[in-house]
Amino acid sequence: MLFNNLSKVALALVVTLFLGACATQQATTTTKGDDAYTGTETVKFLADGVPDRVFFSTNKSELTSAATTTLGKQATYLKANPTLNVVLEGHADERGTREYNLALGERRAIAAKNYLISNGVAANRIKVISYGKEKPANPASNVLAWSQNRRTVTVKTN
Amino acid sequence: MRYKIFTIFILFFILTTKSFALVSVDITRGNLDPLPTAISDFYLDPKLIDNIKKLQLESKIPELIQNNLSRSGLFFALEKKSFIQKPEPAHNKPRFEDWAFIKTQVLVTGKISLEKEGRLRVEFKLWDVISATELSALAFYTTPDNWRRVSHMISDKIYERLTGEKGYFDSRIIYVSETGPKVDRKKRLAIMDQDGYGVKYLTLGNELVLTPRFSPASQHVTYMSYFKNLPRVYLLNIETGIQDLVGDFPGMTFAPRFSPDGKKIIMSFAQEGNSDIYTMDIKTRVVEKLTDHPSIDTSPSYSPDGSYIAFNSDRSGFQQIYTMKSDGTNVKRISFGEGLYGTPVWSPRGDLIAFTKLYRNKFYIGVMRSDGSGERLLTENYYQEAPSWAPNGRVLIFYRETASDSSGRGGGAKLWSIDLTGYNERLIQTPTDASDPSWSGLLSGK
Repeated sequence: MLFNNLSKVALALVVTLFLGACATQQATTTTKGDDAYTGTETVKFLADGVPDRVFFSTNKSELTSAATTTLGKQATYLKANPTLNVVLEGHADERGTREYNLALGERRAIAAKNYLISNGVAANRIKVISYGKEKPANPASNVLAWSQNRRTVTVKTN
Repeated sequence: MRYKIFTIFILFFILTTKSFALVSVDITRGNLDPLPTAISDFYLDPKLIDNIKKLQLESKIPELIQNNLSRSGLFFALEKKSFIQKPEPAHNKPRFEDWAFIKTQVLVTGKISLEKEGRLRVEFKLWDVISATELSALAFYTTPDNWRRVSHMISDKIYERLTGEKGYFDSRIIYVSETGPKVDRKKRLAIMDQDGYGVKYLTLGNELVLTPRFSPASQHVTYMSYFKNLPRVYLLNIETGIQDLVGDFPGMTFAPRFSPDGKKIIMSFAQEGNSDIYTMDIKTRVVEKLTDHPSIDTSPSYSPDGSYIAFNSDRSGFQQIYTMKSDGTNVKRISFGEGLYGTPVWSPRGDLIAFTKLYRNKFYIGVMRSDGSGERLLTENYYQEAPSWAPNGRVLIFYRETASDSSGRGGGAKLWSIDLTGYNERLIQTPTDASDPSWSGLLSGK
């Protein structure tokens, strides 16, 4: 009887420890997962209802569905204003080596550019520049700031 | 600005004694007892003119030597006030019992005298107090205002004689000086002697400058600049201050370094989301593409003999370190540990590759052999990256950043150095915040 109870307690303990370990594991993993910023802070607007930026997960340059929605709006806006030209600025957060972050910023800018082009915006209206981690939108050192800094910003050049 | 180069003539004087010296320093051992060292003031020839006497080189030169040797962590300099013998007799005929009495194991003495045409002759001697022998004697000829270089060269000779390894004191460091708020950082290229003296700014700070590197002869610098808002690699002549765009690339070029023979610049070129590694011959302007992969390939580093290149690639999905032959063939991944790896730098000795590692939200500076084996982490921090080797391949310089608070204040960057053994971690004083350090070769070229 006692043994049965003990073994149940032991099992409960093991399961708790295991779950606890899993939770810790996820909290310290920074390279995987989808942590693209989904808020509205730092976001500016090219025009009513057209956000000027899209956000990315850590180490990633893939467009989230929120990103494609925003870029779709940008494409519509740009097609309606065919004399406007833009530069897409790609950025990375500060939690990475400087040179790799320059390349990652470029990749993020190109990802947005390719989406705009595939939605009808002429390629010669779009320039691209990477700032790596050199120009954070949010200078704080926390997870929120870093997510706000992993971005591609569309800037009108004329 | 100009960097005047004065020729220094070295006269090899008395040959060194046999090197079975009881006194020696093993720099590869982990737990080190610094060698007790006495550096006497030098003896000034009384015939020196007043102009030179005013410079007080008899104490300034030994002070610089002492600072160098102490900073290496391998030598423990004894206090001058405990010295019994005066500089002149100590140099000409040291009474070893006097020096053994204060428990020093080596002694450095010197003499400064005038040569023709206002040049100085600086002679030093290195003595083994325990075996009562002279280990080294050398003389340097130079102009008085070049006394710092002479002090660094003497420091190197002492270091070399006692450790068996080349020194690293006659060298410079280039870095990026940072000021201002994080959202609008002002960055300038800065160079200084490796002991922090003589900081000079090479750019004005009107545009961002990043990741500078010295040419092997240290007369040129390559770096990345956002001049005219176009991120590109540039070549700067330190003496003339003239900056040239490297190549005519239709997109961002970055992460530049020189080849060991100084003839080429190797760098990354980003196009359509893909960064590949290219070289450009500085004279002929011929461009060679070395990697051809849709991944990000960057942070290239030549082996000292120029036959291999280590680089950073995320072709496996995440940042790892690879090597390839200098013609781009034979690509091999060499980092396999947990975490992300970046900024590989090949040691001037050819034996090790230093790197930055990010694992579980912490940054590490580490080394591994060129086949990836023997990975050893030297230091851990909230944020640090970009190690660069001292010319003797025994010390690494890198930079650290601190976290800023929720309003963006407090984040700063500073240069640090650490020995290959993982010991002697030191903050390097700079007048402003500093990042992206790179160590020159020995200025004498050897």
